[in-house]
Amino acid sequence: MFRSGSIQSHLTLRDKIFSLDLTLTICIFLIGLISFFAMYSTDGGQFAYHTKSHIIRFIIFFTLFFVISFIKTSFWYSSATLFYLGVLFLLILVKYVGLTSSGSQRWLDLYFLNLQPSELMKIGLILFLAKYYHKISSGDVNKFRYLAQPLLALLFPVILVITQPDLGTSFLIAVGGVIVVWLAGVKMKFFAYLGGLFLLSAPVAISFLKPYQKSRILTFLDPSRDPLGAGYQITQSKIAIGSGGLFGKGFLDGSQSYLDYLPEKHTDFIFTLFSEEFGFFGSMVILLIYILITWRIVNIGHSLRTSFGRLYCYSFATAFFIYVAVNMGMVLGLIPIVGAPLPIMSYGGSSMMAIMIGLGIVMSCKIHKDQSLG
Amino acid sequence: MISDSGGGSKIRLIGRRMFILTAAKAVVVFGVVGRLISLQINESKKYKTLSDKNRFREWKFAPPRGVIKDYFGQEIASNEKVFQLHLIPENAENLSALIFRLKNILKMSDNNVSKIQKKIKSQKPWDPVIISDNLTWAEFSRINLFLHELQGVEPIISVARVYREQSSSHVIGYVSKISKRDLQQKNYLVNMKAAGMRVGKTGLENKLDSEIIGDVGHKRYEVNAFGKRIKEVSIDQGKNGKSYKTTLDLELQSLSANLLKDKAGAICVMDIYRGDIITMVSSPTFDPNKFVHGINTKDWKELINHRDKPLVNKAISGLYPPGSTIKGLVAISALENDVVNTKMVQQCSGSIELYGEKFHCWKKKGHGFVDMRKAIKESCDVYFYEVARRLGIDRLSETARAYGLGDTMVKGFHEEKTGVVPNTKWKKQRIGKSWYLGETLHSGIGQGYWQTTPMQLCLMTARIANGGYDVEPRIVLGEKSKFSIFAEKKKNPKSLEDFFNSEVSNEFDDTTIDLGYKPLFKNQENINFVKDAFFGATNEPGGTSYGSRLSKKEFMFAGKTGTSQVRRITEKQRELEIKNEDLPYEQRDHALFVAFAPYNEPQYSISVVVEHGGSGSKSAAPIAKKVIKKLLERHPLRQQIHDNYKGEDV
Repeated sequence: MFRSGSIQSHLTLRDKIFSLDLTLTICIFLIGLISFFAMYSTDGGQFAYHTKSHIIRFIIFFTLFFVISFIKTSFWYSSATLFYLGVLFLLILVKYVGLTSSGSQRWLDLYFLNLQPSELMKIGLILFLAKYYHKISSGDVNKFRYLAQPLLALLFPVILVITQPDLGTSFLIAVGGVIVVWLAGVKMKFFAYLGGLFLLSAPVAISFLKPYQKSRILTFLDPSRDPLGAGYQITQSKIAIGSGGLFGKGFLDGSQSYLDYLPEKHTDFIFTLFSEEFGFFGSMVILLIYILITWRIVNIGHSLRTSFGRLYCYSFATAFFIYVAVNMGMVLGLIPIVGAPLPIMSYGGSSMMAIMIGLGIVMSCKIHKDQSLG
Repeated sequence: MISDSGGGSKIRLIGRRMFILTAAKAVVVFGVVGRLISLQINESKKYKTLSDKNRFREWKFAPPRGVIKDYFGQEIASNEKVFQLHLIPENAENLSALIFRLKNILKMSDNNVSKIQKKIKSQKPWDPVIISDNLTWAEFSRINLFLHELQGVEPIISVARVYREQSSSHVIGYVSKISKRDLQQKNYLVNMKAAGMRVGKTGLENKLDSEIIGDVGHKRYEVNAFGKRIKEVSIDQGKNGKSYKTTLDLELQSLSANLLKDKAGAICVMDIYRGDIITMVSSPTFDPNKFVHGINTKDWKELINHRDKPLVNKAISGLYPPGSTIKGLVAISALENDVVNTKMVQQCSGSIELYGEKFHCWKKKGHGFVDMRKAIKESCDVYFYEVARRLGIDRLSETARAYGLGDTMVKGFHEEKTGVVPNTKWKKQRIGKSWYLGETLHSGIGQGYWQTTPMQLCLMTARIANGGYDVEPRIVLGEKSKFSIFAEKKKNPKSLEDFFNSEVSNEFDDTTIDLGYKPLFKNQENINFVKDAFFGATNEPGGTSYGSRLSKKEFMFAGKTGTSQVRRITEKQRELEIKNEDLPYEQRDHALFVAFAPYNEPQYSISVVVEHGGSGSKSAAPIAKKVIKKLLERHPLRQQIHDNYKGEDV
């Protein structure tokens, strides 16, 4: 049954372009476009550093997205392990030669770009595990021998990232990995065991948390605890979003952001800025586009016939959705501030690169769905 | 081909589990949308308010204080442009170099500089620091000359309180920075804290403070998260303080102050019908302008360590035994109480022995046989010992209170003292001892426990001079007083003098009680008798103030001298006949004089006190004479303004 697909083993560039998922591509472009305006606003209504840099990055990585889509899925399939190991190597490298900023060692100086390998690991792990479960038979999934490898593959980078320290990213990496394992059919009881183990180890883990991380969690539980300190970000973000009202304060008129009440407005709180200026309707538009993107990826996954393709697309779609949900939940004061960027919107090259690679592979799966992975 | 073992069943499992995830996503989406609705729609109002609270900050600034004018419209306390120098540390290229330059240009003291540096450290770098809030013109022009080199410095023209002369320093008072005590005592100051805000501390500045201070202005700025002003959003100019016209006459104020120059004392003049205080001067005086921008330690120490206490308003806070100036009142009290009549004759041999104690008359060889008129005219002490003995202290004190002694009479002056009107009950309560009869005798000549202010003596004289009515002093035009209520009801204030000067009739009595002014007498003849005796004292040979009389008929006045002892005269001193001038300054007698003028148609009363001035006839009466002359010369002018005066506007 798979053989029929391999008939069209040679697609022309024209074929590839025509088989792009139009909705997904347009949605990505729209998010990029919106992010230009948001970034322009964070620069105080000037075409300044952040805006320029963000536009250049978007152009580069959007191009990368197309390039990746046009490369055969079998290439991505076969290089998945290598990709994972490569990123893992970079994560180890960060430990030794990484740049430190605000007390966290996360970046590699590549001269033209400060690369944050932990962002790439979000994709690397999903890719690696999708391939792994593609290879083993469904009967073997719950065998102990086959559980050890994914667990190690997941824990190793997560621990590396936690110790940078970067709680937010390590959490998002772990979530991505767990989703693949879950979709692959690992029994619920193992998740229960893992969860139990996690709860048991929580007191130990908490003792390893940095004071600022502890205070973030406590502050989330009670933002009024320290309104000028750790609670400041949540409080100001809620004020910004709430004061936006139904239609917002207007483009470039977000007083909370241009008067610097809003922290990290370029990165984690970019949604807050947009929401303040464009109100409930603006927020709904953004949310809708992200839902559309998720929906399209799931849809593409659904159309695929390989376990790899399905596992990858489903997992990536879910992970993508979780990135969005965590960021929005965070700025809306629903969950603690963990430091999670909003895909494509937030300023930050590595994050955008990772997302574009991830989306590119999804698109590659779509274009090359009738080709075998061999 | 790489194994994709499991095939369809595996893909079905993935699909099933994906379905669960999709459902979970839907729940999350509902959560996020729900939160957006709650924040942006349901609670939007609350967050908009919070956002505005973040965004806007108000800066208050002080409005100009109201002007205080005299009766003729001359400004006593007003406002002037002041040149201030502000420094914005953020704008300075090299802050320490700039401060060094300023120190040289303005010749600032090291102390001053370190204060400024401390201030800079305690503030945000964009908040202005006031280097000086009162530059002289020379300093201001020097700064302007170098301004291009002084980046970060801003010369600013502002408005501040100024007092043009010092004769009225006590009655007008002064303003200074708001203190903690002011905030506790003056509720209206709660929202008035603004840069440059001054509050009245004494005198009229304090009495009228709540109205004269105005309403603070607001400048509303948009500020960023660090508190830096981004732009001015709105401005509310506030309201200038209300200006006031007073009953004072600035010319008489400065004449009085001049007459008391180099002396310690007070002069009060009032209108005996309206109660208008025309003069209230205390000496020595001080420069109230020094308090406006903060008095320096040296000046302050000089003021509070001065022997003559320049900061005390002696007119209402200086307490003196009234001495013989009380004799008119003692006579009225005795006559009204029918204990003596004017015909009573007493022999004065220079002293009298009663209750085993010797009581002296000021005239060592005695006055011979005196009746009451002569006793007042020549101020015979022995006569009044006898009158007081018959009258008793309690009846005397009742009369004294009725005529305005022993209580604060000028409303709203917190520095005013009540004084003491002694009686048996008072002594029991305050000193805890019984009253001695000998003390009654001393009280009869205004010595002993008596404590009166010059203002009270002036009021007492006014109440005698107007025929015995309880006029009350006022100093601010437009304030409700007995007089203004009276004038309103009467609709014709011009006829007021006629009203007072007319004969007492029954019809008349009813209206007076109804209108506010109350007669203090049982028989007005008694009052008129004392007025006539005062006339004798000033205008007939032998009278104690005969030497200070004004002989021109329309200027003729009637008055009573007083000399109050500040110590007990010992028998030895009496025998040695030590002259007052030979005593140390602190032991010399206070000189007092009270009078009303003109005698024929009384209009004004006056009191003069010269501390340690010797005798009333030598030091106080001559001063009063000069004031009365000027006062009566200016009377037509005052009358003219009064006649044209319609509303109570300024």
